[in-house]
Amino acid sequence: MRLTQGTFSFLPEFTDEEIVAQIVYSLEHGWAMSVEHTDDPHPRNSYWEMWGLPLFDLPTEDADQFMREVRACREAFPNHYIKVLAYDPKRGRQTTALSFIVNRPDHEPGFRLDRQDSHDRVIRYTIHPYATEQPEGKRYLNGAAPNGASASAGEPEDRSAGS
Amino acid sequence: MAATTETKKDRWASGVTPYAEMGYYDADYVPKDTDVLCAFRITPQPGVDSIEAAAAVAGESSTATWTVVWTDRLTDHKHYQAKAYDVQPVPGREGEYIAKIAYDIDLFEEGSIANLTSSIIGNVFGFKALKALRLEDMRIPTHYLKTFQGPPHGIVMEREYLDKFGRPILGATVKPKLGLSAKNYGRVVFEALRGGLDFTKDDENINSQPFMRWRDRYLYSMEGVERASASTGEVKGHYMNVTAADMEGMYERAEFAKEVGSIIIMMDLTVGYTAMQSMSKWARKNGLILHLHRAGHGTYTRQKTHGVSFRVIAKWVRMLGVDHVHAGTVVGKLEGDPQMIRGYYDTLRLDHVEENPDTGIYFTQDWLSMPGVMPVASGGIHAGQMHQLLEYLGEDVVLQFGGGTIGHPMGVGAGATANRVAVEAIIQARNEGKDYFNEGPDILEKAAKGCPELNAALQVWKDITFNFESTDTPDYVATPTVG
Repeated sequence: MRLTQGTFSFLPEFTDEEIVAQIVYSLEHGWAMSVEHTDDPHPRNSYWEMWGLPLFDLPTEDADQFMREVRACREAFPNHYIKVLAYDPKRGRQTTALSFIVNRPDHEPGFRLDRQDSHDRVIRYTIHPYATEQPEGKRYLNGAAPNGASASAGEPEDRSAGS
Repeated sequence: MAATTETKKDRWASGVTPYAEMGYYDADYVPKDTDVLCAFRITPQPGVDSIEAAAAVAGESSTATWTVVWTDRLTDHKHYQAKAYDVQPVPGREGEYIAKIAYDIDLFEEGSIANLTSSIIGNVFGFKALKALRLEDMRIPTHYLKTFQGPPHGIVMEREYLDKFGRPILGATVKPKLGLSAKNYGRVVFEALRGGLDFTKDDENINSQPFMRWRDRYLYSMEGVERASASTGEVKGHYMNVTAADMEGMYERAEFAKEVGSIIIMMDLTVGYTAMQSMSKWARKNGLILHLHRAGHGTYTRQKTHGVSFRVIAKWVRMLGVDHVHAGTVVGKLEGDPQMIRGYYDTLRLDHVEENPDTGIYFTQDWLSMPGVMPVASGGIHAGQMHQLLEYLGEDVVLQFGGGTIGHPMGVGAGATANRVAVEAIIQARNEGKDYFNEGPDILEKAAKGCPELNAALQVWKDITFNFESTDTPDYVATPTVG
């Protein structure tokens, strides 16, 4: 599967040049920039690991400085999901203005949907990321589960989304 | 109403005294910060003086009745009288006037849209001396505004909850709106969401009919939502319509939507202001996003000379508290002049809205940080218009492609993918500084090269536009500056 969180997940992966263009746009708006990464892509995982503190007050011409942080995070966590976030501190917003994935594992096993029968035909649903069957830090190791079991067992059929 | 100058009747003598002479017109009145202000478009019957007509509106929407009553003297009547303070002919529209009327805040019950509307649009609209009457806009004093909590979540909270930023939210209304069985209905929900949409939606008139009862629809729709969420890793939702014959029914449906894990419910404007305000409280208490379908509004918002402008409805629903409301598409199949729709969107989203004749805004309105309502654009829109939609409607909007998803030649999922790819491609281009409005068709064509779903959508709907003249347009048209 392809995780489609973020603003641009239905487009082909961005080149570094295309990422910089989005950074420049964000800096022109005065937004603070940050990088976050995770090996738990559950849709309700609100708190990915922060790659340092957000960069505030970065001048537009220093977009490359932030791009270096993106590259450094990729080098440190090549198999993690990594996203770039632009934060708008303006009153009335005070929230993320743009958020897009800039790195993803080579192999994305996705999620299992668990159903528990409840009363009167009601079903309780749980979304279970296959990756989290391994402890933190031991997930997405080149597509092979660290204990040697095939990570592809029981995973849903691969679907390409929009590319 | 004409012969008033002969023998001037004492203000308190029994009988009929013109409204203007009873104090309902006061050209020198300076509105207080705490006053509710209204702009009415009045069209008096032939022979009726515009000032007297305006005073009559002020009178009938506040304390007056048709004849003098001595019991007024038991009150500080001047305080409770609404005052027409400005009456101006509308340029280029003979027989029409804009009357501005001030109401003291004491006339209104705190936190009650039902009470506010019972005063302002209660009796006066059937008044014989007027040929037509339209409430164009209101200034709500912030003192009164603060007696409402507004949207249960608002735009910021909704985006954080959905984890979707920097682009319009995408939705689709399940079609055909009537007739599908619950299982078939859930199939459309599933395919559309897995294909790339964020939301699907019940239509306004899908409540609980013989072919599909609400409980079955909720169960199958949730299966679709959860499957789609698991296969994309995204938060997805389906607006469960909780509109029912009575409040007990609405609460029962809303409770069940919550129980099966839905993140959003919807209701129709037809349920009335009190019911909407009750559902707003419920949605805040239970953490579900609340969508409002403005079913029926066209009966009173569309005609230029009579009814209530949608910008007033937009203001009321922001106050009574919904998270979404349909507010026009500009380019789709339903009524909507671009400038007027800009005015509605500003009213729903901004914290400070400046008086602006170009967009039909008669009064400056402050919202004191009340959260914004997410406007929803729905009705006859498709992927090929994405650049226009972004230009006219901005980023904080739900774009709903019903036919534009489900009618895709390659299937529902493909229709959803086409819309998602189109919106992301246009956002990317805009952020890169491209002239996305003028280059939109090229940007979409280019994106379609890597996406057969978008390509098919562009081919099948390329010539579909809805160019009809709007019935409700601004009185003032900005003259484009040469530059």
